[in-house]
Amino acid sequence: MDNSAFIQFIQEDDCDPGNLIPLLQRIQQLEGYISEQSVRQIAQLLKISENHIYGVASFYSQFRFQRPGKHHLKVCLGTACHVQGGVQLAQEVEKQLHIHSGETTPDGAIDYEEVACLGCCAQAAVVEIDGVIYAKMTTDRLIKKLNELRKSQPALTEADDKPLSIPAPA
Amino acid sequence: MNETAYPQFTALQRRARETWAALQDGSKPLIYLGAASCGRAAGALQTLQAVQETLQELNFAANVLQVGCIGPCYLEPLMDVQLPRLPRIAYSKVTPEKAKRILRAALLEGDLSPKLAVGHFGGESFTEQSGIPRFFDLPMLKPQVRVILRNCGLIDPQEIDHYLAHDGYVGFIRALEKGPLGVIEEVKESGLRGRGGAGFPTYRKWEICRAAAGEKKFVICNADEGDPGAFMNRSLLEGDPHAVLEGMLIAGFAIGAQQGFVYVRAEYPLAVARLRHAIQQMRQYGFLGENIFGSGFRFDIEVKEGAGAFVCGEETALIASLEGERGMPRPRPPFPAEKGYRGYPTLINNTETFGILPNILRNGGQWFSKLGSPGNAGTKTFSLVGKARHTGLIEVPLGMTLRQIVFDIGGGTIKPFKAVQTGGPLGGCLSAAHLDTPVDYENMRASGSIMGSGGLIVLDESTCIVDLARYFLTFSESESCGKCTPCRIGTRILVETLEKIARGEGEIEDLDVLYKVADTMQRTALCGGGQTAPNPVLTTLKYFMNEYLTHIQGRYCPAAVCTALFEYRILAEKCSGCGRCIQVCSSGAVRGEKKEPHTIDVELCIKCRACVEACKFDAIVGVPIAARQPQEVTL
Repeated sequence: MDNSAFIQFIQEDDCDPGNLIPLLQRIQQLEGYISEQSVRQIAQLLKISENHIYGVASFYSQFRFQRPGKHHLKVCLGTACHVQGGVQLAQEVEKQLHIHSGETTPDGAIDYEEVACLGCCAQAAVVEIDGVIYAKMTTDRLIKKLNELRKSQPALTEADDKPLSIPAPA
Repeated sequence: MNETAYPQFTALQRRARETWAALQDGSKPLIYLGAASCGRAAGALQTLQAVQETLQELNFAANVLQVGCIGPCYLEPLMDVQLPRLPRIAYSKVTPEKAKRILRAALLEGDLSPKLAVGHFGGESFTEQSGIPRFFDLPMLKPQVRVILRNCGLIDPQEIDHYLAHDGYVGFIRALEKGPLGVIEEVKESGLRGRGGAGFPTYRKWEICRAAAGEKKFVICNADEGDPGAFMNRSLLEGDPHAVLEGMLIAGFAIGAQQGFVYVRAEYPLAVARLRHAIQQMRQYGFLGENIFGSGFRFDIEVKEGAGAFVCGEETALIASLEGERGMPRPRPPFPAEKGYRGYPTLINNTETFGILPNILRNGGQWFSKLGSPGNAGTKTFSLVGKARHTGLIEVPLGMTLRQIVFDIGGGTIKPFKAVQTGGPLGGCLSAAHLDTPVDYENMRASGSIMGSGGLIVLDESTCIVDLARYFLTFSESESCGKCTPCRIGTRILVETLEKIARGEGEIEDLDVLYKVADTMQRTALCGGGQTAPNPVLTTLKYFMNEYLTHIQGRYCPAAVCTALFEYRILAEKCSGCGRCIQVCSSGAVRGEKKEPHTIDVELCIKCRACVEACKFDAIVGVPIAARQPQEVTL
């Protein structure tokens, strides 16, 4: 968002550096990720360094610094999912999409993340696609789901053609 | 309950009871759907849609309630039907088609489909009459005692009136009547100990926090349930959020706080939504705000979403995160009860601790102290998962043995039992020799594990112990905040050593490395996280040394998990030649004629397990790699 949109977006609570995490969460909810521009804007607003913001944000697994894909795929690697074959699911995703956890397919269709636990352990192994959790996943069913996803990919819009933002320093 | 000095509350309670009674009066059928996250994962929302469609098609008026998780997740999606003047009847694994069939039969013909039913919620006489067992008499449920989960699955968590109709907020009113010191006395008498896992007496923490000087005080509910494989807090927050919030009110009143925070995992969107909704209802009804019910007590609660860091379950790290910083622990003392959030005295308790409090205030501390075993009062919820037949959320009195939990409640395992992992990544792995250990704080610690917050992962012969230790340490390594060296470097060395063993390159000396590093971490790490992170390695070394030796000297992984240490073979006597494995093999390694035993070309096989999953006859097994001569295994 540009500076004027950012000023519109800011609420009174956001001016307290103690509320940095909720502010980052709201920005990510709106834009899908934390862009370099947002970090600059927050730094100016709170009078703190950009490095400090990256330091906090990169500590937490929730924050992304790259534009997400159209679809969001998460493979759960919690303990119950681990013993019920979650690793095989994760390997299958890497094989099918040719990307690793934390990356997005080059066409911007699917982003992929391995997560620690989705809390549906009695239904292990589970994967989450666009916010919906699927129970008792097998590699066979996962491949079918991935094919559905690839088919249902919406056409790229003009806005999508903008270059991706530069990833934050690791 | 008798008339209280709080007539406003009595009026709210009366109206809520009328609302609940009207729902149950038999004028309309009631349909319950278990729609917590676990139910939704199993397809509860599709079933809900089918229910609504069927009601529309039949032009039938019925009340549909979305309830929380009632426990036996392996039966989900669960749908219950309550026809006028009949008990509620539960049906399991209800697909949309099955829901339509059951509803049509019940609503049009009064046919309860007893063959499809798993249990009813009525009296004994109905069991004989219908041939359906009582739901709470099912093998998984009968040994359980439901205190914390008493409303889960039975009421609509979005309706504060349902909670009020079931004696909700009575505990808080009792607290107002007793006064802060009376509340602490009641909690002391109950013998309640912190349910986050450390087991510190709850009343002691409260006393310290009450005595601490500070113009403001805070109450924090730790709902950052970070243990992979544990979902007790999620289920409670989704199924009965008011119970936890009432507990926070009671605690806030007792220590003299004005503000509460629920620090909840962002990975639990449904729990966050349920909490926000419940807090809004509390404000509407006057349970939050200035001068609550004219008592002079002022309190408000806010939800704060965690951003994904396991270490934030540690209380000083949690506070750092709430203050907008990296969630790194700091040395204690000072303890948060004296100097916590923004420097003010802060009480942090686990979600379940708060969930228990209304029950203690309502029924008395003495009543609670009689549940459980001496020194370990009360009940505890566990998430029973992994290879158990009956997986789900359970609640048992402390002191029940692992055997009762795994075999009576969990129904045992299909393949032979190997171990049970307790206490999450900081806990340990116990073997069959420990099955008669009572599950409580002291006995679990004595066995080398911990009770922790309540994850119980049952493992059978298809789980590799070395791989499991590697899994937990990889988790601890990636979640280590990096502040202290023993944890940051120690977890790294443990992972690298375990990976070396899993790759088949292990040497006997590597075991010494594991012991030494684990010992250093236990003695020198800054927080409880780093000190207990080696537990999975130490307990597996202690109880499953043979399996480590088989990996190192035998160069074989008997569970067929470490891919460098086995190859697949098809047992000719079990193979029916159905060809399913050939269909799923992506590398063309499986060959064979129809109805003839198949074979696997080990040179082509990538060990992706697809064929093992597809085989209905357990004909594909892992065997030692033939080209390799195993060394003799010695202890």
